[in-house]
Amino acid sequence: MLEDKTSKFVLFGGVLIILAGAFAPNWIVNQFMFGFSRALAIVGLMVLWRTGLVSFGHAFYFGLGAYAVAILDIQLGVTDVFLRLLAGALVAGLAGFLLGFILRNYRDIFFAMLNTAISMVLFGIVVKTESLGSTDGFAISMSTIFGLAPETKYPLFVIITSVGVIAALLVNYYLKTTYGRLTTAIRDNEIRVEYLGFSVAHAIHLKYTISTILAGGAGALMAMSLGQVDPESMINWTVSGELVFVTILSGPGNVIAPFIGSLVFEVLRTYAFELAPQAWQLIMGATFLTIIFFLPGGIWSLLEKLGGRKNGK
Amino acid sequence: MKHNYLARAVGLAAISAMTLGAGSALAKDAITIAVPSFLTGGAAGPFGIPAMNGAKMVADAINAGKLPAPYDSKGFGGATATIEAIDEGGGATKQVAEYRNLVEKRGVDAVVGYISSGNCQALAPIAEELKQFTIFATCGTPRIFEEAPRKYVFRTMGHATADNVAAAMYVKEKYPDLKGYTGINQNYAWGQDSWRDFDLTLKQIMPNSMASDKTQFPKIFAGQYGSEISAMSLDKADLIHTSFWGGDLEAFIFQGNARGLFKKKIGVFTVGGTAAYRLGKKLPDGLVLGARGPYGILVRDRDSALNQWFVNTYKNLYGTYPSGPAYQYGQAILAAKIAYDKAGSDASDEALGDALRGITFESFSTTVEMSLGGGHQAVTENGYGITKYDDENGENVVTDVKFYPGSCIMPPEGVNSVDWIKGGMKGAKC
Repeated sequence: MLEDKTSKFVLFGGVLIILAGAFAPNWIVNQFMFGFSRALAIVGLMVLWRTGLVSFGHAFYFGLGAYAVAILDIQLGVTDVFLRLLAGALVAGLAGFLLGFILRNYRDIFFAMLNTAISMVLFGIVVKTESLGSTDGFAISMSTIFGLAPETKYPLFVIITSVGVIAALLVNYYLKTTYGRLTTAIRDNEIRVEYLGFSVAHAIHLKYTISTILAGGAGALMAMSLGQVDPESMINWTVSGELVFVTILSGPGNVIAPFIGSLVFEVLRTYAFELAPQAWQLIMGATFLTIIFFLPGGIWSLLEKLGGRKNGK
Repeated sequence: MKHNYLARAVGLAAISAMTLGAGSALAKDAITIAVPSFLTGGAAGPFGIPAMNGAKMVADAINAGKLPAPYDSKGFGGATATIEAIDEGGGATKQVAEYRNLVEKRGVDAVVGYISSGNCQALAPIAEELKQFTIFATCGTPRIFEEAPRKYVFRTMGHATADNVAAAMYVKEKYPDLKGYTGINQNYAWGQDSWRDFDLTLKQIMPNSMASDKTQFPKIFAGQYGSEISAMSLDKADLIHTSFWGGDLEAFIFQGNARGLFKKKIGVFTVGGTAAYRLGKKLPDGLVLGARGPYGILVRDRDSALNQWFVNTYKNLYGTYPSGPAYQYGQAILAAKIAYDKAGSDASDEALGDALRGITFESFSTTVEMSLGGGHQAVTENGYGITKYDDENGENVVTDVKFYPGSCIMPPEGVNSVDWIKGGMKGAKC
């Protein structure tokens, strides 16, 4: 499972980042926490994208994960980081599994828009319900680790990075199994896949559920690193759009790509916001267009090209 | 914009060179104040930009030592302040992330601003966690200091309770025979609190008027109120209370006006002040208009030196009269100066807090008493008037303006707003 280049790189990179994080200033640790939390969801979207499916509604699962943490905190006082993460991933995964029965029958724009519709239903419910915090959302208390309350953000950063490493390894492994390899096959020709003896519906359902578990986990981690949830930043269609944006920015080439892309996105946004408080959205949009025009394979394709040149290919 | 920064940077360099020569070793020569306000989205034009203008104007005047007495000393405790404009849009979670950046990455000395109650509510615990001296300028939910004691967070204007208790008292005086009332408020902390306080107060002081059971709570920044206006037109209630602000406020006035809503019903606008200058003739006559305190159009004619300076300088710089948000942000910047003057430009966040806690100061249009929430929450008077378009001068004016003292419309220290109103507003000195 760990023999290939990607796995080794993920393990090595993860350990390196965790070690470096101990000496990094707080704001950089924050950027990594936000970036890597979101990257989990991007890994899921990448699997879908390889299958030829783009979901414009994964903020639904992202939001479910985040709100699971918030509601557990407020109703039951659950602060343990692993319980919170588990709850977020499970709630989202269960919802994804159930909705998958419907969604696996749709492709293209219908798949994208149905996902959006579902996410906007949740958005509407949360916004209208005062007990769910309506537009304000909730503040989330600091996470504890096995009953210990950490003084700094570093332990949470270590956990998020480790979760990211584990998720990347698992998905990387999955993509090499028979079902995993079906991703591109389904995109290219569904009928042939059926003739080979595989159920396309089952394969898509499985991939969809995986992507929702990852999105839920991402939402839970994001909620914990920010200490705040609100529907505008967690469930709204703009968040789904943001996830797709980062997926395209990253490129579908490799499971490492989402982590790099998500981090680039976070840093880009921070600086755009700082340098142009009135026009930061414009900078983000221009970046997006540039990527689509000049780097359709995302940042990963750029890295590949650079790497290829070095190896004399 | 860029040019401005350059000019400032050169100025700063010059000033620091001079003071370096003078040999001042300890006190800081320059501080950075982050000023968040809506710079994008529907709330920017009517609310965020005037607020930012007010803050910049006051900060520039303080840097140059040009404010009227007693604030004519140069700088913030002698230091020149650079204002970093921050966009407040994008939701509370995004603001939390940005606030962490402000403090931990950009290392600002003070944060002064915030309009949205949702943002303030989310940021108060973060400011406490990061131990960052923060002054909320405009946001209105009373929950900030009622939910938990704060050490680093202050608010230099009255909260929603003052706005809505005063509105209810004004309604009682003007419309003693009112039979029923309804409301349209945004579905978040600010709107919910505003309606709750207005409704509870009217239940206390006008027990014979009935609240409608179909009050409207659209989402903030919704912008379209067709169905809500239909529902309220059919409602028997003859008064509509709203705490809409910014772009939502203007959209609601336009859409309601087109359908004759304000001819049939009395409109009570607790944050209506910003619309008075912007909408001109499109603002209907006869609205009950507030500005969340003694700001904007309600106090344009007050002839204190500070107020005249504020009104005239603003008019000269930006071409319009200052509305409420400009005053409120100016007031918060002034409070920052007072804290820095008292504690010194190199003071710690704790010392700045100690300097501001519980003080009373003369602001541009009114006296501000930091007397609630353990000395962190300001109390000021609050007033209302009725809109009227003045054909001769081609502008809106307010008539029948009445102010209520702060002690009449805010709960005493230690009493939660809701409990205070429900208990018959004991201890109110009107």
